[in-house]
Amino acid sequence: MEAGTATHPDQEPAAGALLARRLAARRRPGEAAIKGFLFLCALLSVATTIGIVVALAQPTIDFFGSVNFFDYLGGTDWAPLFKPRSFGVLPLVVGTLTTTFWACVVALPFGLGAAIYLSEYAATRTRRYLKPALEVLAGIPTVVYGYFALTFVTPLLRDIGLSAEVFNALSAGLVMGVMILPTVASLSDDALTAVPMALREGAYGLGASRLQVSTRVVVPAALSGIVASFVLGISRAVGETMIVLIAAGLQPTIAFNPLHGVETMTAYIASTGIGDVPTGSVEYKTIFAVGATLFAATFLMNMVSIRLVRRYREVYE
Amino acid sequence: MSAIPVGARRVGPASSKERVKGVAFRALLLFSLAVGFITLVTLLVDVVNDGAGKLSWHFLSAFPSSIPSHAGIQSPIFGTVALMLLTALFAVPLGVGAALYLEEYANKARWYNRAIEINIQNLAAVPSIVYGILGLAFLVRGLSLGRVLLAGALTLTLLVLPIVIIASREAIRSVPNSIREGALALGATRWQMIRRQVLPAAIPGIATGSILALSRAIGETAPLILIGALTFVPFNPTGLDSAFTALPIQIFNWVSRPQDEFHVLAASAIIVLLVLLLAMNAFAIWLRNRYQRRW
Amino acid sequence: MVETGTLKGPEKAREQKPISTLDVPGRPKKAMRPSAEPIFEVRKLTVSYDGKPAIREIDLDIGRNRITALIGPSGCGKSTMIRCFNRMNDLILGAQVEGSILYHGQDLYGPAVDPVEVRKLIGMVFQKPNPFPKSIYDNVAFGPRVIGMDGSMDSIVERALARAALWNEVKDRLKDNAYRLSGGQQQRLCIARCLAVEPDVILMDEPCSALDPIATGRIEDLMVELKSDYSIVIVTHNMQQAARVSDMTAVLMPDVEAGDNAVGRIVEYDDTEKIFTNPENKRTEDYVTGRVG
Repeated sequence: MEAGTATHPDQEPAAGALLARRLAARRRPGEAAIKGFLFLCALLSVATTIGIVVALAQPTIDFFGSVNFFDYLGGTDWAPLFKPRSFGVLPLVVGTLTTTFWACVVALPFGLGAAIYLSEYAATRTRRYLKPALEVLAGIPTVVYGYFALTFVTPLLRDIGLSAEVFNALSAGLVMGVMILPTVASLSDDALTAVPMALREGAYGLGASRLQVSTRVVVPAALSGIVASFVLGISRAVGETMIVLIAAGLQPTIAFNPLHGVETMTAYIASTGIGDVPTGSVEYKTIFAVGATLFAATFLMNMVSIRLVRRYREVYE
Repeated sequence: MSAIPVGARRVGPASSKERVKGVAFRALLLFSLAVGFITLVTLLVDVVNDGAGKLSWHFLSAFPSSIPSHAGIQSPIFGTVALMLLTALFAVPLGVGAALYLEEYANKARWYNRAIEINIQNLAAVPSIVYGILGLAFLVRGLSLGRVLLAGALTLTLLVLPIVIIASREAIRSVPNSIREGALALGATRWQMIRRQVLPAAIPGIATGSILALSRAIGETAPLILIGALTFVPFNPTGLDSAFTALPIQIFNWVSRPQDEFHVLAASAIIVLLVLLLAMNAFAIWLRNRYQRRW
Repeated sequence: MVETGTLKGPEKAREQKPISTLDVPGRPKKAMRPSAEPIFEVRKLTVSYDGKPAIREIDLDIGRNRITALIGPSGCGKSTMIRCFNRMNDLILGAQVEGSILYHGQDLYGPAVDPVEVRKLIGMVFQKPNPFPKSIYDNVAFGPRVIGMDGSMDSIVERALARAALWNEVKDRLKDNAYRLSGGQQQRLCIARCLAVEPDVILMDEPCSALDPIATGRIEDLMVELKSDYSIVIVTHNMQQAARVSDMTAVLMPDVEAGDNAVGRIVEYDDTEKIFTNPENKRTEDYVTGRVG
């Protein structure tokens, strides 16, 4: 019976019960099932993280059964696949830091500079084209950057007089920096544009120049977002594999010389993974131990970055 | 124009020192922008210069070979396309499903829903090689799938899933609440509202985001290395359980060889990869411009 | 802010003679008195958001086949109140509803009651027209499709559009996108959409506030026509509109409680004619004469 206009439920004695039945909560198993399925989809992301942690933790714990933890952390000789074996991870960390450093030399200042230009200087129309254009840089596959570093940048460094080896940390680092530049620029730009116009207008109204407003008012106001972009950029540099694998080499060393080859944590994992190491061997477990170190480092940095972004969003939105 | 005294200060035209500083600063900022673009252009020119000569129908149709002059990229192309299709098949429904849950069903006040959100943000920033380790441990060795196409596709799915989720959430969120209220006020259930109003309206944004996520997946090498996409696969993938290779893997293989002829091959393969990516991104942008609704 | 006036009673009110809302053209001279059975019985209704009350202790009966207007200054909780009738406040996180609303004797908020079913019987038209991004036909057909109505969809759609006084304007372009209609047409489309599921009650939350006067007039005429088959509750901040179309008027006024929280209460509820010519409550009088609000 449709809710009609002819008879109203309360005109009939049994109408109340009829209406109650009409209003009664329907069992809708389909709805519950769908909600459950969608929840599982969302839960998959949690499962992924747990999977990563478990995949890394188990062999890592085994690893530290055979290898002394402090030898690992403090040792300066990394030679797990040769004899005599040595498991000091510092050379890998140094390699990662060296390449990351040079990446930051490019990405952080120029990324921030690009962001300041986009948010404070560029006309709206220019900005609309420039910002996506910058994203193109981030879309180029890292293996292509690796090729570029090896076949173009290294010879270029040699041409300008630096005695760079075939594999060196500098080429890889610089190219990595260019790859990360859009990330830093984009996130910094978000932070800078979130600063309310009122702050700028106040400063301009006092007669400040654009340089002064940008550097003394806007940048400090957006600082937590800018720092977040830096931290994220560093995290990406630390986690990058192909550029360093192709152009930085596989020679673990604890010297910070950028003109020599180094081996980063990521390059080690990749090159060992290519080879056929027997499952369960100590060498196999090094993949996971180094992976765990890498994951821990980037996880911490990502958490810091996310926190910082949330902080500035809370302030301005 | 003479200086106007304002309080204790004098407000006047900028001194020449100020003006120089201003111009220099602006130039510095423009240079910052230029660094990226100059590098991009240099890279493209370099790659095209190195590799254009080798591009030919033979190159596209031949299989990899240890003899440079005979080598081609047919199996890497097929592998890449197969990976892309499989990844799309898995990642898009799961990603959209998760996004729908988070936007339409989840009570934001509950701690576990907030934890899921933070988790997704974190996963989007995890190094891609860690996904390779995950795939290696669980799929290749754990589930004993072996170094096969399915393992590669599943690993890439996990890699791009956070991106698909984030993009889909944006698209779903942009559907105005008035539409939702209008549907519910007519007596639609929540799922009816979602399926018949929200989802259709959000599809252009979801499609664009998914294509962009997939174009990211295609360029990934590190996870596939760990999964075991082999570098010498002179045959197209025959099924989900087949060995496979992909364009980035082949490029990596050729770049790693010391001989110049292989570097040339690598450059040619890079051109093909970049063209493929360009096509995908252009399609995504066209989709967005054509179908995106301005509310 | 309420002025302290010098008026002492109804006599004085008559002397004051505000702009006689009775002289607005089109308004019947005598309030119609259709059947008096209540369709809603509201008792001690209190709605809070995150613990802060928005309306408090609302008591009134809404009559069948009447147009009942809720008026009052902005922010006094009229929308909150009307949304209780079709359980749309359920959608707001942190909203808490206390008290009871009986609909034909059934507790709307009873534990066994499904809000989805409630909304099939009690429909709503919103302040800003919100047609779906679909064709005109699909807009009207959406409700019947999701609730599984029987019958030919074409005739259901035509009947609804005709009832909403829109059929003649759109009958040749049913496949057009609804956004191509004018604001007033879109709102009538929303009314048609609501009518298509054959509800018992129609709630209207400021349905004309986004429309021009001509479109407003057409919708007001429509409301009076629909009254014979449906019961209508309308929220409006336009007092002339309330005076023109409604049979009963409830006046909500905000009281400021602890912590600067404005809470709405009914100060008067009576025949519209009485509210606008001879109100009993001073605050009502101040509001309808335009002295406050």
